[in-house]
Amino acid sequence: MTLAARDIHFGYRSRPVLAGASLTLAAGELVCLLGCNGAGKSTLLKIMLGLTRPARGEVTVDGAPLAGWSRRELAQIAAYVPQVHVAPFPYTVRQVALMGRLPATGILKAPGAADLARVQRALEHLGIPHLAERPYTEISGGERQLTLIARALAQEARLLVMDEPLAGLDYGNQVRLLERLEGLAAEGYGVLMTTHDPNQPLSGCQRVALLIDGRIAVDGAPGEVLTPTAIERLYGVRVDLLRTADGRGIAFRPMDGVRHAGRSP
Amino acid sequence: MAEIAAARPPLAAVPAFARLRWLAAPLLALAAALAALSFGRYPLPAWETVHFLFAAAGIAPMAPDRYALLHNLIVEIRLPRVLAAILVGASLSVSGAAYQALFRNPLVSPGLLGVLAGASAGAALAIVAGADWLLVQTSAFVMGLAAVGIGVGIAHAFGGGSIIMLILGGILSGALFASLLTIVKYMADPYSQLPSIVYWLMGSLGQANFDDMAWAAIPMALGILLLCLMGRALDALAMGDDEARALGVPVTAVRLVTIAAATLISAMTVSIAGMIGWIGLIVPHIARLLVGPGNARLLPAAASLGAAFLLFADGLARNLSTAELPIGIVTELLGIPVFLIVLHRVRRGWTS
Repeated sequence: MTLAARDIHFGYRSRPVLAGASLTLAAGELVCLLGCNGAGKSTLLKIMLGLTRPARGEVTVDGAPLAGWSRRELAQIAAYVPQVHVAPFPYTVRQVALMGRLPATGILKAPGAADLARVQRALEHLGIPHLAERPYTEISGGERQLTLIARALAQEARLLVMDEPLAGLDYGNQVRLLERLEGLAAEGYGVLMTTHDPNQPLSGCQRVALLIDGRIAVDGAPGEVLTPTAIERLYGVRVDLLRTADGRGIAFRPMDGVRHAGRSP
Repeated sequence: MAEIAAARPPLAAVPAFARLRWLAAPLLALAAALAALSFGRYPLPAWETVHFLFAAAGIAPMAPDRYALLHNLIVEIRLPRVLAAILVGASLSVSGAAYQALFRNPLVSPGLLGVLAGASAGAALAIVAGADWLLVQTSAFVMGLAAVGIGVGIAHAFGGGSIIMLILGGILSGALFASLLTIVKYMADPYSQLPSIVYWLMGSLGQANFDDMAWAAIPMALGILLLCLMGRALDALAMGDDEARALGVPVTAVRLVTIAAATLISAMTVSIAGMIGWIGLIVPHIARLLVGPGNARLLPAAASLGAAFLLFADGLARNLSTAELPIGIVTELLGIPVFLIVLHRVRRGWTS
């Protein structure tokens, strides 16, 4: 199962955002998408899910154009995990996860015992069955993110497209969630996530893609893609890459005097 | 986060009465309807009303002269009004609940897109033109639809039909028809026409008769049913357009069906009973306290509770004083304390 965007162009009004971006996501891999603020990461995700129509370019699922799939079929292939938000009504965690059964049941049919069991499995998979009856509005940001991922699992989509799943989580929750996403990829899920921290993909991702000037400038293994030069190109700051004794990069660290170099914030 | 492996109560541990809570609202509506058929200037004991209903259904015997008297009282005089209260209360409440989900805002009421302003202007215009009652109703209905059409048209022409543009379109269209209403009132004859307009705007179920209710009941019941069927889709829509789309929900179609059904039944309530405020805002909140926020249960519960609420308010309007009070005033006076209680209870759910 592969979701592929090819040569995507898109702009808001006159400001071009994407100019020939190409990216693929296959089952079984965890892909990190990096890019500075306003680079068009979220837009690219939405285009790949068919939520936004590109000005030019094509998105395909296993080689077949997106337009040939119905919304419901597509929802059973690729799930959208948005940035954590607050719902306007205090739906319980179970109710939110149950929305993931909508593509299977349609909007008119009530969910049956099999659907409830699928939701229960998704909650257990993510270790949050104890939250099931809590209002989504009253749990922590990390728990909300897990709820949204549980909804995606209940959807039975093999590809999970996540918009900044780690944003707003404390350090511990970031580490735990990233581990969980690696675990999902190992189970055969394809996970595409955007992030702002270049250190995160150094530890877990199979692939990193850098979105620069509307194009995927580099796409490959983290060890090859994530170099101090690439980070400077991406964010305009100079960094050192800290390495282990055997030469593997483990973390970036801003260089002294970086506040005076590069572009202004 | 994840490793807090707390003990989880199994599904069967949910107490039976909690699973039957959704029955409370329909039962309440039924009790209110029975009470409304019994109370009045000639009060009946509730058991006698039940006896009559069984007799009318051919199940129980009843003396013919008593039957004729009760038939006149219950069926000819009280039933049209009870039907009107049920349909109007259910329509306004279910539209309000659907709009709150659709616009992701718990403070929205069915008048948001201008339907009530349009219908008021329509009725006032017909009254000034000296039209008969049927034409007043028709004019209210048509201009209610026109107001929403203009609001939605503005939203689609200028903003692609986004939520915020729909709200702005509704505000503009509502303002347009409110000023039209003011012009009509200004031009109306201050001794005959102006009082009719003012009384009409206060709302009353007293004009309901069998013929009106016969043609109104089917489309209103269909509209209420249609909104109730949108429950699961509206849950997803309340989370956001993109999320709902990614869950396979036909967002545009659901939004248009919801707006069309809510507009249709709200406009019909105005043409039957004039302006009845507050009920579409507060009843959904009471229903939410009873059955939770899931719209699949909330919408039917709101419809039942709305019917019960308006039957109760109409009972007060009819029986509080010898002269009948306008029901719009009663729902507002009842609504304020109820809303304060509800606000106190749900505040946490909104702000965290």
